Amino acid sequence: MSTSTTRTTYNFAYLDEQTKRMIRRAILKAIAVPGYQVPFASREMPMPYGWGTGGVQVTASILGKDDVLKVIDQGADDTTNAVSIRKFFEKTAGVATTTHTGEATVIQTRHRIPEQPLGENQVLVYQVPIPEPLRFLEPREPETRRMHALEEYGLMHVKLYEDIARHGHIATTYAYPVKVDGRYVMDPSPTPKFDNPKMDHCAALQLFGAGREKRIYALPPYTRVESLDFEDHPFERTHIAARCELCGSAGVYLDEVVTDDKGGRMFVCSDTDHCEKQRGEGTP
Amino acid sequence: MYVAVKGGEAAIDAAHALLAKERRGAPDVPEITASQIREQLSLAVARVMSEGSLYDEDLAALAVKQARGDLIEAIFLLRAYRTTLPRFGASAPLDTAAMHIRRRISATFKDLPGGQVLGPTFDYTHRLLDPALAEAAPSVTVATAPGAEREAAPHVTKLLDGQGLIETNPPADPDAPVGDLTREPLEFPAGRDLRLQALARGDEGFLLALGYSTQRGFGRTHPFAGEIRMGELEVSFVPEELGFEVPLGSITLTECEMVNQFKGSADKAPQFTRGYGLAFGHAERKAMSMALVDRALRTEELGGEVTAPAQDEEFVLAHCDNVQATGFVEHLKLPHYVDFQAELVLLRQLREEWVRARDASASGDGKQEAAE
Amino acid sequence: MEAHASQTLLPGFADPVADAQRAFKAVMQAMSRPARAVPFEVALTAPAPLSPVVAAMLLALADYETPIWLDVPLRNQAVVQFLSFHSGARIVREPEEAVFAVASDPATMPPLMLLRQGTPEYPDRSTTLIVQVAALRAEGLRFEGPGIKREAQFSFPGAPSRFAAELAANRAQFPCGVDLIFAAPGAIAALPRSVRLVKEA
Repeated sequence: MSTSTTRTTYNFAYLDEQTKRMIRRAILKAIAVPGYQVPFASREMPMPYGWGTGGVQVTASILGKDDVLKVIDQGADDTTNAVSIRKFFEKTAGVATTTHTGEATVIQTRHRIPEQPLGENQVLVYQVPIPEPLRFLEPREPETRRMHALEEYGLMHVKLYEDIARHGHIATTYAYPVKVDGRYVMDPSPTPKFDNPKMDHCAALQLFGAGREKRIYALPPYTRVESLDFEDHPFERTHIAARCELCGSAGVYLDEVVTDDKGGRMFVCSDTDHCEKQRGEGTP
Repeated sequence: MYVAVKGGEAAIDAAHALLAKERRGAPDVPEITASQIREQLSLAVARVMSEGSLYDEDLAALAVKQARGDLIEAIFLLRAYRTTLPRFGASAPLDTAAMHIRRRISATFKDLPGGQVLGPTFDYTHRLLDPALAEAAPSVTVATAPGAEREAAPHVTKLLDGQGLIETNPPADPDAPVGDLTREPLEFPAGRDLRLQALARGDEGFLLALGYSTQRGFGRTHPFAGEIRMGELEVSFVPEELGFEVPLGSITLTECEMVNQFKGSADKAPQFTRGYGLAFGHAERKAMSMALVDRALRTEELGGEVTAPAQDEEFVLAHCDNVQATGFVEHLKLPHYVDFQAELVLLRQLREEWVRARDASASGDGKQEAAE
Repeated sequence: MEAHASQTLLPGFADPVADAQRAFKAVMQAMSRPARAVPFEVALTAPAPLSPVVAAMLLALADYETPIWLDVPLRNQAVVQFLSFHSGARIVREPEEAVFAVASDPATMPPLMLLRQGTPEYPDRSTTLIVQVAALRAEGLRFEGPGIKREAQFSFPGAPSRFAAELAANRAQFPCGVDLIFAAPGAIAALPRSVRLVKEA
């Protein structure tokens, strides 16, 4: 019915203003009810669902011309999807980008929280695949919605306790559920549980976007975030025994790199910015 | 020697160049044009328009070309374009009874007003590969019976309706807002309008399998293909500032009305029930599958018990969108090594503890034996 | 008077994309740091008695999907026309229908219970109440909760005597409840429903 046209111009940060308003309103409600998943009319983005469409929509809605954007995936700025999302915003918003955690005003992340503590002038935007922490225990949306409404989280505790009975430990190592300000149980996105303590009383605003599942949720700064546990089995942060073999850091999250087929491996920082800073190098 | 995954940007650019090369194929073969796809792969174009929720044959053809024939990728391209288009409102409701019919068949009556019109169908072809098509085939001319298309063809369900034999469709409320799951997040239970929208956008293969499952006993509905019709219809729109209908153009549609097993109660005489399917372009498999699933999803409304996958609204609606499904399945290609590492650490710990416990219990058993 | 107002429609944002983003960002900061004043620059003239700050907030956040309720002094033709034209939002009579409610004077702000509270399943479906105030003070009522490092103090001139009790009742029904934004000239502060009043020892 119409002839094909090639769009060469986009609105600032791609999304149209009506969509931004809708997402902005959802973000404000998410901040007012910390940990509650606000439904929003997620748009089809020019990148696949599962690739960070929720995070991208949140970032596009909060971004201003003066913002400095950092994008990480697995803690690294140079993973292909992080590069692709960063390029998307360079092209559609023309904002400055950085790999330095301290310089960024908006950080979009998949699966990690930077090692460097975040500040009050920063916003951390998480890409979330499955926002519902109860989904694997109860697949039906009206059911899990009711459970949140009634603060009925016994099922989650039963699941964690079954782990203890079987393995002697809670066997959840990532996407480890947290309780927000004593009320909502929330999925921190698939970050390793090593990062969970960083969410607690974090000085930065944390926003979570799930595009395919059409949910936005938030942690305001200085919010109490507790990892679920039991009195006799307190939450344990994953203990990283090794040091980074490039920068020597200890007490940071490490990637295990297989170096040969004879069992050779080495450990390096997952957070590439942290590693480079420790080595006293700039970006090569 | 550890090599960091640097140069992601260069790698992406190179991948794009390789993709463009593969799309073009051997340079000594003439490049296919979007208009060739529109005209000669029209069923692919129809599917992309339906599941892409955008009626535009040229853009759909371009998407098929750009996607190298991967229809789900083409649907995704069209959807991502669609979402950027401004909305002016909803078109006037279409009256499919007024369709300019090119094909119309009923499996429930041998003959009926408007007649059976076979039209362009694979149905009675013998599926023998035609070597003549490997090269350019001569153009085809078809003689059509004069006047055959002009006779009024009321819906089969209307004929049944007149006798009270089928449930009446609820009267349409022209002022009721039109649900749109692309503008509001879907909630469960969803109304039938949103359900039908989700099915119209839903993956043909998924709906086909679900429809098939109802025929095999997972939620039987005893369907009859009351009618399948395909042809052209004018779409019009009433701009608020004008206040009268403005024609926008003509589109091809395929509609299927299933007539399903009756129900009745103490206060209501038994009647047939309905399942409805509608798709852009010529898309009979899609329209029929959609009608089967629509009827299956009405199980609860019609007083039945939901026991089969095709009857489960949340299961069907949450999983029928192939752009969502392909994104989430394929996102497993993205790096997950941070989480995998967390699992590795725990697994190694659990294995060490297991070995220690086994050794301890082995030595414990030894002690016990010695004591006995 | 109303006839005069309809003849001069004041312009909206000069740079709709950037102005809306700035206004939203200030509201986001205020919401995420409750009871703390956030500067709110505005280059907008609004029809009286609508404050330019509130006008900018509504132009940034409201549209045809978000009905607005205005208190009686605000419900004049110039304000209604300005908001309808620039935002496309419907102006509604009943506060409980509103996504945004605006009070021109804290003394007569609507009781929070009259606004939309959301439901336990959908607490987000509640009204945001915007109150025009003369100033924001970092003293008075003491608050704690998400977004507040330890404790924050906040008040504004002309708060009705029922205000503290209403806030406590608002918090008591968490996660349902109303979120409040206070707009003074050049600055805003928010009290989302998540804040808790600290009882005097």
